[in-house]
Amino acid sequence: MVKLVAQVEGIGLLGPGLDGWTASTALLDGRSPYISQPTVLPTPDGLPPAERRRLGRVVKLALGVGLQATSKAGVDPATLPSVFASSGADGNNCHEICQALSLDERLISPTRFHNSVHNAAAGYWSIATGSRAASNAVCAFDASFAAGLLEAVTQLAVEQTRVLLVAYDVPYPPPLFVKRPIPDAFGVAFVLAPGPSDASLARLTLSFSDSPADRMRDTALESLRASIPAARSLPLLYQLAVRKPAVVNIDYLDGRCIAVEVDPCA
Amino acid sequence: MTELLLKEYTATSCIGHGRAATLEALRGQRGGLAPCTFETAAIDTWTGEVSGIDSERLPAALKQFDCRNNRLAQLGLRQDGFADAVAQSAGRWGRRRIGVFLGTSTSGILQTELAYRRRDPATGALPADFDYAGSQNSFSVADFVRRTLGLEGPAIVVCSACSSSAKVFGSARRMLDADLIDAAVVGGVDSLCLTTLYGFHALQLTSCGPCKPFDAARDGISISEAAAFALLERVPHSLDADAVRLLGVGESSDAYHMSSPQPEGLGARAAMLAALDAADLDPGDIDYINLHGTGTISNDSAESRAVAAVFGDATAGSSTKGATGHALGAAGALEAVICSIALQNGFAPAGINTRTVDPALGIGYLLENRPGRIARVLSNSFGFGGTNCSLVLGRAG
Repeated sequence: MVKLVAQVEGIGLLGPGLDGWTASTALLDGRSPYISQPTVLPTPDGLPPAERRRLGRVVKLALGVGLQATSKAGVDPATLPSVFASSGADGNNCHEICQALSLDERLISPTRFHNSVHNAAAGYWSIATGSRAASNAVCAFDASFAAGLLEAVTQLAVEQTRVLLVAYDVPYPPPLFVKRPIPDAFGVAFVLAPGPSDASLARLTLSFSDSPADRMRDTALESLRASIPAARSLPLLYQLAVRKPAVVNIDYLDGRCIAVEVDPCA
Repeated sequence: MTELLLKEYTATSCIGHGRAATLEALRGQRGGLAPCTFETAAIDTWTGEVSGIDSERLPAALKQFDCRNNRLAQLGLRQDGFADAVAQSAGRWGRRRIGVFLGTSTSGILQTELAYRRRDPATGALPADFDYAGSQNSFSVADFVRRTLGLEGPAIVVCSACSSSAKVFGSARRMLDADLIDAAVVGGVDSLCLTTLYGFHALQLTSCGPCKPFDAARDGISISEAAAFALLERVPHSLDADAVRLLGVGESSDAYHMSSPQPEGLGARAAMLAALDAADLDPGDIDYINLHGTGTISNDSAESRAVAAVFGDATAGSSTKGATGHALGAAGALEAVICSIALQNGFAPAGINTRTVDPALGIGYLLENRPGRIARVLSNSFGFGGTNCSLVLGRAG
C-alpha cells in the first residue's frame, strides 16, 4: 500500500469569526476566546473586472482560502493540481434558479446558469491563477472534507506532486436552508507536498479508522464543526494550531473516519 | 500508469438499455433523439429521454433517494448483470475494498425544481416529502449506488460539469494505484431537468433539431440523460483478447472562460497529450477518437484544432452525441462504454445526423461506421469551468 503521507506547507481559513490562519490559531488553541461573527469574504484579485463583479460568495470563499494557502506556502498557484471539495457549491445561485423555474417566464440568465455548476469555484480558480493543471471538483455530502482530503493526498502520493485542497461551503437561503441548515460560509485550504521542505508546517499520515470523530472542546466551535461540512476540518486545524503530535479522527462515510496522524515540524 | 481492466460495463441511454441494445443502435447508425416533450419544458429543441424511468420504483428501504436521477441509476445498474458482477467482486475483495466514483452534473435537482412549485403559499416552505440529501445533493447518486450494491469502500462524486464521469476514471485509478481499494465502480448518471434545458437555452446553445456535431450547419446541443457504469480491477495475468483495458487518463484546465472553451483548444490538447503520455502511446497508436463533439460552434471548433494539433487529420473520429445526445455529467462514462463496445465488436462508430462536415474543422470525421478491428481509442470529455479529461482505452489483444 502506498503511504498516504503529505506535508502541509500552507493553510487558508475563513469562517465565522475566523479570518485567516494566523489570526485564527489563538482562537483554535484556546489562548483567546472564540467569538462567532458572520464570515467576512475578500474579493479576490486576478480576475477581469467583469468577472469579479459577478462573483458569488462561494467563489470569493474558495479563491480567498486557496490564495491564502498558496501565499503562505510560497508556491505559484498556476502550477498546482487542485481538489475542490464542497457539499453544495453555490446555494444562493441554486435557489435563484429553482425560484425562476417555478415562475411562468422561467428566465435564467446565462451567467447564473454557468455559475450553477458545482465546479464553478475550480473554474474561476483556474482563470484567476492561470492554472492549466488538473483540477477536480468533488462532493461527499457531510463527508466532503474528509473525502476531498483523501482524494488530494492519494493524488499527491501516487503522482508525487504538490496538490492544493480547498474545502468550502456556503449557506442556502430559505426555503432550502430549512432542509440543509448550513449557518454560514466556511472554507479551508491546504497546500500539500509529497516531501519535506523549508515551508513544511506538519506531516499528515492518513488511514481509515472505525473510531468516532473528534469533537471541539469549545461549544461554539463544536457547533460550527457539526453544522458545516467543510468545518469538519476543525479538529485537524486545532491540532495544527497547538503544534503537538496526535491522531485526529475526521468524519467520513458510514460512521467511519479518516484518521490523520499529525506530526508538527520542529 | 498501471493499466486497469474494465471487468464489466454497461450503459443505458436514449439509444437503448444495456450493451446489446446500444451495440444494435450503433451498428444501425440509429439515434435516440426526439422533439422535447420533457415535463413542462416549452423549448424548441430535441432531447434524448431514456424510456422506462418513470415506472422505475426504488425499494422501500431506499425511498428517501427517490428522484429521476436515482431511478435512472437503478435502471442502469440492472442491465448486463452489472450489479451481479459487482457482488462477485465484493465477495472476492470485501465490501470495504471496493470504491464508488460517480459523475453527475445536476444530480436530483429536478426534485427541487418540482418542490419549489409546491411551496407552502403562506410560508414559502418546501413540502415535507422533499429530501435534500437523497435527491438534490450531488453525493446522492453515489450514496444510493453504494447502498444498492452493498459497498462500504471509499466513495466520491465528481461534479465537474460535462467532464465529471470521465474524471472518475482518474480518481479510481489513483486509489487502485495506492492500493486503497481492489476494485472500483465508476460511472456517470445525469438526468433531464429544467435547469439544464432552460440554462443551455439561455446560453443559446440548444439545437432546434437533433444535434449535428462537426457539421458546417451545426447549431447546438441536444440535451439527454444516461446511466453508464464500469467495474475496474487490476489486470489479471491472462485476459481474453477482446477484454477492454483503461490505458491512460489525462486531465487539464483551460484557465480561459466559464462557458466557452479556449479557442485554440489548448486545454483539450493538454488533456489528450497527458492521456497518451499516461498510456505511453504515440498519437499514431490511436485508431479512433470519440470526440466530445457537442455540436456547438465553439466546442467543435476548439476541439478540432486540438485534435488536429495532436493527431493531424489521419485519425478517424466521430461524436456519438448525434445518436445519444449530450448526457452532460454522464457523457464521459457513456462514451467510454461506447468505445469499449466498439473495441470489442470491431468497428469505429459514425457520427450520425451530420451531413456536411465543416471544412474548417480539418480532422478525419466518420459519417459512416467503419468496420474493422480497432485496438486503441481515445475519448474526450470537456466541461464548463474549462475542465478537460481524455481517456485511452484498448483491447487486450
